[in-house]
Amino acid sequence: MNAATATATNTDFVLAVEGLTVSFDGFKAVDDLSFYVDEKEIRVIIGPNGAGKTTVLDLICGRTKATSGSVKFRNKELTTLKEHEIVKAGVGRKFQNPSIYEDLTVFENLELCYPRGRNVFGALFFKRDAKVISKVREVAEMINLKDELESQADLLSHGQKQWLEIGMLLIQDPDLLMLDEPVAGMSVTERKQTAELLRRITNDRSVIVIEHDMQFVAEIADHVTVMHQGKILAEGSAEKVKQDPKVIEVYLGH
Amino acid sequence: MSNFSLKNMMTRQDVLGFFVLAVLLLVIMPLSMDIIRLTQFGKYLSFAFVAVGLVLCWGYGGILSLGQGVFYGLGGYALAMFLKLEASSPENTAIQSTPGIPDFMDWNRITELPWFWEPFNSFTFSLLAILIVPTIFAYFIGFAMFKRRVGGVYFAIITQAISSILTILIIGQQGYTGGVNGITDLRTLLGWNIRSDYASYVFYFIGVALLFVCLFVAQFITKSKLGRILVAMRGQEDRVRFSGYDVANFKIFVFCVGAAFAAVGGAMFTLQEKFMSPSFVGIVPSIEMVIFCAVGGRMSILGAVYGAILVNVAKTYFGESFPELWLFAMGLLFIGVVVAFPDGLAGVYQKYCAPTVDKFLDKAPLFKRYSGDSSYSGSSSSHEPVNAS
Repeated sequence: MNAATATATNTDFVLAVEGLTVSFDGFKAVDDLSFYVDEKEIRVIIGPNGAGKTTVLDLICGRTKATSGSVKFRNKELTTLKEHEIVKAGVGRKFQNPSIYEDLTVFENLELCYPRGRNVFGALFFKRDAKVISKVREVAEMINLKDELESQADLLSHGQKQWLEIGMLLIQDPDLLMLDEPVAGMSVTERKQTAELLRRITNDRSVIVIEHDMQFVAEIADHVTVMHQGKILAEGSAEKVKQDPKVIEVYLGH
Repeated sequence: MSNFSLKNMMTRQDVLGFFVLAVLLLVIMPLSMDIIRLTQFGKYLSFAFVAVGLVLCWGYGGILSLGQGVFYGLGGYALAMFLKLEASSPENTAIQSTPGIPDFMDWNRITELPWFWEPFNSFTFSLLAILIVPTIFAYFIGFAMFKRRVGGVYFAIITQAISSILTILIIGQQGYTGGVNGITDLRTLLGWNIRSDYASYVFYFIGVALLFVCLFVAQFITKSKLGRILVAMRGQEDRVRFSGYDVANFKIFVFCVGAAFAAVGGAMFTLQEKFMSPSFVGIVPSIEMVIFCAVGGRMSILGAVYGAILVNVAKTYFGESFPELWLFAMGLLFIGVVVAFPDGLAGVYQKYCAPTVDKFLDKAPLFKRYSGDSSYSGSSSSHEPVNAS
């Protein structure tokens, strides 16, 4: 997918986070954090509330500026880039609350995220051609919203909104996908469908997921990183992490 | 270029709306009014330019500017400066102590034309300046604010401050600007008497034509992907960044377009009223312009035109009889509209009239085969690309 990777020097990892620290008025929300994500790996981050999970995603995607440390995506430093440049580099982010364009239709939501015509004049003279339309339909099919293309997005159910946002990321075709609690607030059936969807879309890209549902975590994770008070508490397979006494104490125990 | 065809740009309701407005402005108004009233009506239309720009900035982009008077004024002054220089030829101003400079400069004991007035001897420069000076100014304001992510109320307050500053500057620098009186006593344009009835008719129609140019540009923007990005930005600015767009650039763009529209309006005001003064630059006129837009409906470019016309008509008839009450009435009108009809006149039309009109259009032979509606809304069939060369 990315020819440059072959010739890159620093690391072979898709994402290399090293010594990442951010402090808000002296409070270190993320404290000297390092972890690495492999090609096509599904990494799940778990941890108690306030552990700094969402902040890590915010740091990677440029929403929050790091106090120190580095985030390298395919050996490209992200901490100095702006949000839209990070998106262009190939990082997609789904937020915790479904954040979609409610005044637009499902079709328009997806079309807007299609990676073309992203500057002012490109957008002004953007043409809705066959390629765009077929891509939008393809993604809509994947996220079970094929029949809702003409619906205004704010009329969708909570679960459908979550799917739409996932779809908006898919159409960007990112190499690294970051999902913040993708099944939160979903019904059991929706949860199943989402797990199914995630399995399909994670085939050809690296994914970082924040999740609380341990059953869901065990189902999808290659590696699990447990965070606590801005630091990594444990790392490893879902099985291994589940048995770690420290993890049981601060997170899973009760 | 199928994307830029009429069908993609306008629904049949839009076509009807443009058509009705064109008939109203080009046929009904000129035939039903004498030239004095028509010129007054042309003045109202000059405010419609600003309101249309505000639909893009505020309605679509969510950028509330309380300083559109700045751009209206800059456009108006650019043309007024040219006309004033033409009116101040040495022959016309022979009685002054320094002939050949505008009269107000002479009164303020200025003996030489200031350097920034010099280029306005050129008609071409002045025409370009009408558009370019306000646009560049808007670009700088936009760049400074939006790149730093200043938005919402803070942006509104800053634009208001800028309009206040510019008014103070114009009034304070009387010798260079004409002060509180503005630039008055404009007579000819390239030797042609602009005070004749004939000229007034010509200016009225030029104004209408330019208004339609702006309306088409605005229509094109709102129906492009850029228009949808603006709508998306209004609600979820952060999300738009993570869809890969540099939000600030889009805001700067639409703010500049709004400024350029306002400037054209200001120039049309100068042509029709034969003067320009700081009373169209400051805070009160700038807020009035927002009210025109709110009354018309901030999501409707055609609504903005009607909003500008109606509020100005009310101002002329009500405001001139009860000037002390007018500002209160205006404030009440604004609050009333926002509370009761958040989408303004256009919203009322959409709700009560549009369905009936649609039914009628279904029967009208002219519109029967026009499928602009489905083409934009993108019903499944219309997602098929049209192979046009």
